[in-house]
Amino acid sequence: MLEQFFHTELSLSIAQAAIAALVSLVVLLLSYWQRLSMEKEILVALVRALVQIIAVGAVLVFILQGPLWWGVIILLLMMWMAAREAARRAKGIPGAMRVTFYGIFLGSGAVLVVMIFVGVIEWRLDSMIPVGSMVISGGLNACALALDRFRGEVESHTGQIEAGLCLGAESENTVKPYVQKAFQSSLIPRLNSLRALGIVWIPGLMSGMLLAGSDPVIAALYQFVVMGMIFTSSSLSAFSSLLLVRRRIFSEADQLLLQAKNQRQPEENRVKLG
Amino acid sequence: MTSAMNHIPVLEMKNLGREADDKILVADINLVVTPGEVLAITGPSGAGKTTLLRLLNRLDEPTQGTVLLDGEDYRKMAVSTLRRRVGMLLQQAYLFPGTVAENLRFGPLQQGRQLEDVVVDELLERVGLPGFVDTDVSVLSGGEAQRVSLARTLANDPCILLLDEPTSSLDEANRLGIESLILEIVHQNGMSCVMVTHDLQQAARMADRVLVLEDARMVRSGTPQEVLNA
Repeated sequence: MLEQFFHTELSLSIAQAAIAALVSLVVLLLSYWQRLSMEKEILVALVRALVQIIAVGAVLVFILQGPLWWGVIILLLMMWMAAREAARRAKGIPGAMRVTFYGIFLGSGAVLVVMIFVGVIEWRLDSMIPVGSMVISGGLNACALALDRFRGEVESHTGQIEAGLCLGAESENTVKPYVQKAFQSSLIPRLNSLRALGIVWIPGLMSGMLLAGSDPVIAALYQFVVMGMIFTSSSLSAFSSLLLVRRRIFSEADQLLLQAKNQRQPEENRVKLG
Repeated sequence: MTSAMNHIPVLEMKNLGREADDKILVADINLVVTPGEVLAITGPSGAGKTTLLRLLNRLDEPTQGTVLLDGEDYRKMAVSTLRRRVGMLLQQAYLFPGTVAENLRFGPLQQGRQLEDVVVDELLERVGLPGFVDTDVSVLSGGEAQRVSLARTLANDPCILLLDEPTSSLDEANRLGIESLILEIVHQNGMSCVMVTHDLQQAARMADRVLVLEDARMVRSGTPQEVLNA
């Protein structure tokens, strides 16, 4: 139907984006109706996504003609941005940005290096950047989920953790169950995706390849390759972040630094200095 | 042990204090605890009682002064060793999921030591819970849980026991039971004990000496009788 009104590829794409944005506004109305107070966040996220992706598209036109080492710089920048986003979910954790960057760098970086080395990802900008972005994005989501869950578990189990410390346990041992729970919960979305792959949903990459006329079996195999990479990158990023963060919530003298705000009684009436 | 030896402090607070977020939580505490002594810290809510107790096993870090344990600055000791020697019972039991025996074995296991069955039985006997070895902690009452928590602390064989209002979440009958149990164990083992309580009557029942904190500072100390009459 849109093709009747928009005759060039560019105008048709803009119209499609506008329709997608309008459909997304239903969520905004739903938030307003249910008084979720998320309207601003939804609107900002939608506008930001649109501006970002258009900007990226425009920049890619330029970048894809550049030298190969640009790809490494761009992937590192993506990891840094992903770390910044994941760190927002880890508020209250000392040095969260460093933890998420190292986590994503180790998890996603390792997968990308291995896959490029063996030739699964071609050593070309138009292969490295889009596939790399999917792998890094998986790392970001898993990292954010893991750290959010870990923080929640620690905040709601400060009593058990301090009881363990009082018994002379090493700090890492007192949070071991919460590291495990956080890691498990970060794997659930990816495991669900793998289980539902092809049955409940056909992911974007495969759909794109089909639309571009690829053989469905080839498209399916490549989709599995990408899903496998995302799964591994997500798991390794979440696990690395958790290993790094479990020590950071304690001081050098094994004192728990991360406490729920209402957890400590003695500070209710403490005396103001000066 | 001679009388003179009994007065060598096992724990000495030297100008001890803590500030956080530009607030004074505890300041200028100078006090000694002698072997076998039961010291109660009391005062209104927010006076700094729990903070002071937490400083004694370095669960919080002093920003002023230090603590000497048997004459040695506790910042020079491994924290895990310090916390095993200075056992602490928190306001609530905070048991770990699993059986009573698993909870009792936790502390020694951190040193790579497996507590023998007979020792577990003995500890449970001492806290009045014989036959609870395989009981899941989720089915324990508040009083039973606090007794298991006490046994779990004792499994580390501490020389000092810190108690943070250990009976505050218990009913009257359980409160008196735990009080007498703690005193019995402390006296039997020749341990020293520092307890936080907001209840002056409880301090009078249990302590040899009472320290009163107000607005983060020590305002009085003496025998329970002296403090009650002040």
